[in-house]
Amino acid sequence: MAEALFNHIDPGAVVLGVEKETSEDVIRLLADKLKADGYVKDSFADAVVKREASMPTGLPLGRDVNVAVPHTDPEHVIKPGIALATLKKPVTFANMEDPDEAVPVGVVFLMALNDKDRQIEMLQKIMETIQSEEAIAGLMRAVSVDEVAAVLK
Amino acid sequence: MSINKRVLFACGTGIATSTVVSNAVVEAMKERGINIDARQCKATEVRSELNGMDLIVSTTQLPADLPVPSMVTLAFLTGMGKAEALDKIEAALRG
Repeated sequence: MAEALFNHIDPGAVVLGVEKETSEDVIRLLADKLKADGYVKDSFADAVVKREASMPTGLPLGRDVNVAVPHTDPEHVIKPGIALATLKKPVTFANMEDPDEAVPVGVVFLMALNDKDRQIEMLQKIMETIQSEEAIAGLMRAVSVDEVAAVLK
Repeated sequence: MSINKRVLFACGTGIATSTVVSNAVVEAMKERGINIDARQCKATEVRSELNGMDLIVSTTQLPADLPVPSMVTLAFLTGMGKAEALDKIEAALRG
């Protein structure tokens, strides 16, 4: 059986009910936690912010809560993992498909990736979660890491 | 009788969303009788990877005026419009 998405998440980098003004603020908040837990290098946060400006990662889902999956090149990553934020009020990301289009985002998966072949399952799990309205609603309701684990089991 | 095609999958980093799209498209096209030889790259590097490609599928904007058919779609990430996207890919590969 496939491994649960929660096994790929850094429990120390789950932040629920975040109140930030910009996508950069959210990215830096999560990147600092991944760095503190040894997943990424010092350069990771700047690299993600820079990449987001030219190659955005907002995914419009046609629902109330949209998602973003910021990430960057492998050289800024020490080991693979995911940070997760749910936002009290949405921040604006640009649409991956069309950088001129704004997407209000309520859930952010910041991904530390360094090997596409080994991380395919993790990536597929994230996309499966995104595609489930129930899972996203469950994440938005979660007030503890245990509740997040229950949704992403 | 299945046919063989080469498809270049592009995304911002060439390792993240293009991996998901590549897997989904290769599996779905196998069921439709098309074997895909898949390559991945960054959207900014597609020009240097075009040699021998039948189609480019990207999750992010591509350079303009590419000499190979291309499409940009989030269908394999968001799940929205997936069937239509697969039909379009099949049509492009059989065209």
